[in-house]
Amino acid sequence: MKDHAQLSETFNEDEPRVNWHDETLWFVRQKRDKAAHGIPEWEQLRETASQIKNNVLSNLSEYLVQFEEQAKQNGITVHWAADAAEHNKIVYGILQQNGVQQMVKSKSMLTEECHLNEYLKEQGIDVTDTDLGERIVQLAEEPPSHIVLPCIHWKKEEIGVLFHKHLGTPEGNADPQLLTHAARLNLREFFLTRRVALTGVNFAIAETGEFVVCTNEGNADMGAHLADVHIACMGMEKIIPERKHLGVFLRLLARSATGQPVTTYSSHFKKPARNQEIHIVIVDNGRSKQLGRADFRNSLKCIRCAACFNTCPVYRRSGGHSYHTAIAGPIGSILAPNLDMKQYADLPFASTLCGSCSNVCPVKIDIHEQLYKWRQVLVQEGYAPAAKTAAMKGMGFTLSNPGAFNVAGKAGRWVVKNVPFLVNNRFNAWYKQRDMPEAPKESFTEWYKKNKAE
Amino acid sequence: MRVALFIPCYVNQFYPQVAIATLQLLEKLGVTVQYPVNQTCCGQPMANSGFEHLAQGCNTLFIKNFSGFDYIVCPSGSCTLHIKDHLHDEHQEGKAQEIRTRVYELTEFLTDVLHVTKLDAKFPYRVGMHQSCHGQRGLHLSQMTELVEKPFSKPLQLLQMVEGVELVELDRKDECCGFGGTFCVAEEAVSVKMGKDRVADHIKQGAEYITAADMSCLMHLEGILKRQKSSVQVKHIAEILNGEGV
Repeated sequence: MKDHAQLSETFNEDEPRVNWHDETLWFVRQKRDKAAHGIPEWEQLRETASQIKNNVLSNLSEYLVQFEEQAKQNGITVHWAADAAEHNKIVYGILQQNGVQQMVKSKSMLTEECHLNEYLKEQGIDVTDTDLGERIVQLAEEPPSHIVLPCIHWKKEEIGVLFHKHLGTPEGNADPQLLTHAARLNLREFFLTRRVALTGVNFAIAETGEFVVCTNEGNADMGAHLADVHIACMGMEKIIPERKHLGVFLRLLARSATGQPVTTYSSHFKKPARNQEIHIVIVDNGRSKQLGRADFRNSLKCIRCAACFNTCPVYRRSGGHSYHTAIAGPIGSILAPNLDMKQYADLPFASTLCGSCSNVCPVKIDIHEQLYKWRQVLVQEGYAPAAKTAAMKGMGFTLSNPGAFNVAGKAGRWVVKNVPFLVNNRFNAWYKQRDMPEAPKESFTEWYKKNKAE
Repeated sequence: MRVALFIPCYVNQFYPQVAIATLQLLEKLGVTVQYPVNQTCCGQPMANSGFEHLAQGCNTLFIKNFSGFDYIVCPSGSCTLHIKDHLHDEHQEGKAQEIRTRVYELTEFLTDVLHVTKLDAKFPYRVGMHQSCHGQRGLHLSQMTELVEKPFSKPLQLLQMVEGVELVELDRKDECCGFGGTFCVAEEAVSVKMGKDRVADHIKQGAEYITAADMSCLMHLEGILKRQKSSVQVKHIAEILNGEGV
């Protein structure tokens, strides 16, 4: 399987497209900056959100039980899933109980994480994603490349071609309004006929047993209100203690995500309407394990705004699919190794540790510091390539011995100066697109000994 | 005041003029500087690659070289940050801790310790300031665009004391250049693309020189500029502050 470096090398073969991808996401980052700077108490808000989430993580089991009790009292059925497989089985079970073969789904990265669509397809269930971006990637048979903007890697002209093929829009027409209208008409049929709707959950409130789903298109509401059964799937870290805390999180979420003051729809679901059912599936899938890792537990504070994606200079120039995991970007790179160290050993290295991710994070996750710490863990656990380990051992020896360091430095400078073809070749990744530095005749230490030392 | 000069390994070997400028600048400002000649590297190349445990030799050597000084000054935000965050030694943790609190990046040493208000330097060129991430976001040498806080910049404050410097305004004031240590070869494609984009921003604004408080970023950007046969040059901030413009 290809790693992040290889996948991003492929992505970078089309430089104008990389420029377009980078500019598109940088525009979102700028909108976020503008929105954040419009709130004088922004940093205080981030700190407050961070502390609320720290409290949640320290008392998670109590809050979860409280949430379950309240939700049950409200007439909601609560399910617990230890992992992705159990989550998928629970959802399938609910569909079976209702004798349903088709369902609509909206805004759930958790179901991407659990590969629910693939699983249900194998069981003969037809799932239609209704968020426009998710619909586009579903038609294209691709995973989302971004957790908030799932098809941000698609140009409107390409969507025009896709919709012409699947929805019969006029050939060569890439007018966003026409395409959106076509999708709306097409989706309406699904909304009206599907008896089960699945949504994600942005916030689950322990105090009241209600949950909040934030969308801009209203597709989650359309699905949930029209269906007989609403299944809401949530990672167990989505809990917040009290309803009043929403005042903090809703102000941060949309501003961090897209620069909007608030999402168009922030829908509260508390109890099923007459003749309807609501099921909540609370999923662990590695979260308890992450909670037990002292250095990484606060990655569970994440509210999935994707601000770290949009600001990440590496993400913008490598694309979401280069992370080969459901949650891409910097946050994905600290979440994924928890699930599978071997498969995701490359991700914590897909960063320059520039720290911009930690600065935009609305709940103040120290993302770049956790990237550094994951690197240490992955090497200790034996997931470093052998050649790299050997090179590092050599480097460690040379750099801790002044004699060896001076000799190696002299040799290195001599090579660059006198036999440059030894380094200026295709085996040197530096030289592929960059010139080597010129070699000076002496090192600073040599100069100092000659000119300064008494 | 006992001040030690801490020179990054690659500066020592490939950019001695930056170390010389740092030393001369400090001496001009009346500081007596000692350079421990047995120094090598802060250990960051191993640590950032996940091999922190192989940096122990470097840590021990660093403590041996730099214990007992009032200040340790380094013309690199990145190496300074590494020492501040990661210098440990279980056999002499007290000494390690002392060093962690006494290590300063050059520009912050000039503004915060020496309180420099004027410099005898001239550099009559259009200059683009590259904010190196570890200095900026790690050591807070400048305000960061992500945060809602009052703007300030220690390196810019100093550059403004240099006669003739015309600072250009960048489209992206503090985006990473893509060097990232071993990232520059392990993730070659993205690293180079990031570097090309940074260079393009400076060129677009008409910069004749790109400067920074970290030579590693400049080494990467210089490699790209030279490959593009660009006339734009790089210069470490120490060289400009030391008045080597004309």
